[in-house]
Amino acid sequence: MFLGMPAAADHLFRALADPTRRALFERLARDGEQTVHALTGPAGISQPAVSKHLVVLKRAKLVRHRRAGRETHYSARPQALAPLLDWMSLYGAFWNDRFDRLENLLQRMEP
Amino acid sequence: MTDSAAATHTLVIERELPHPPEKIWRAITQSNLIEQWLMKNDFEPAVGRAFKLRSTPVPGWDGVIDGEVVTVESQRLLSYTWATMGMTSVVTFTLTPTAAGTHLRLEQSGFPSTDSPYYKGASYGWQSFLGKLEQVAAGLE
Repeated sequence: MFLGMPAAADHLFRALADPTRRALFERLARDGEQTVHALTGPAGISQPAVSKHLVVLKRAKLVRHRRAGRETHYSARPQALAPLLDWMSLYGAFWNDRFDRLENLLQRMEP
Repeated sequence: MTDSAAATHTLVIERELPHPPEKIWRAITQSNLIEQWLMKNDFEPAVGRAFKLRSTPVPGWDGVIDGEVVTVESQRLLSYTWATMGMTSVVTFTLTPTAAGTHLRLEQSGFPSTDSPYYKGASYGWQSFLGKLEQVAAGLE
């Protein structure tokens, strides 16, 4: 449990829940812009698989791409992680969940 | 207020509970009862008392929240500090009797604003956050 997860971050969370996608994202964040071709080697999976993962990352706005000739270049957008670091949303969900439990406890307690 | 206060935010959660303040007070101040709705703890409602709330640890986070009791006004007001992952906030419970029971208000103040280093990764990098996501994912499935 990491103090709940805001609903708005759901797509982000799902995109990053996969270790291969997380590795791709980390690599782009660390090493800067890369082509799909350059990403395929170290990822240890096929180029179509890498492309599929990049689509998911793109949907979560974690990466952006630009075309240059026949190559597509991808780069990371770490700022897309901001909703995950939105403490107020995290704690809002956390306390609402805990207050549900508190109400449950109050019903079970001696008067 | 100070500059640091201007750079933080406050969260407020409110509930109408069909129970008297005395009963709710017990639930938020007695260690064994706190454990049943919040977390394992060694809490004691005494001003200045340091305590720990313990959640399930994940890599990069020991699951521990350090607290210190700030205010105790029996059946009315309880506040304590809440420090974890490089961020310290203050949690305040306010109990107000109503015709139907109690109005419970929780305020947590001291959240860093988006301008703070927490968001920029200086104190709490997104890299370490990614490591936690896998654990969270495993826990959800």
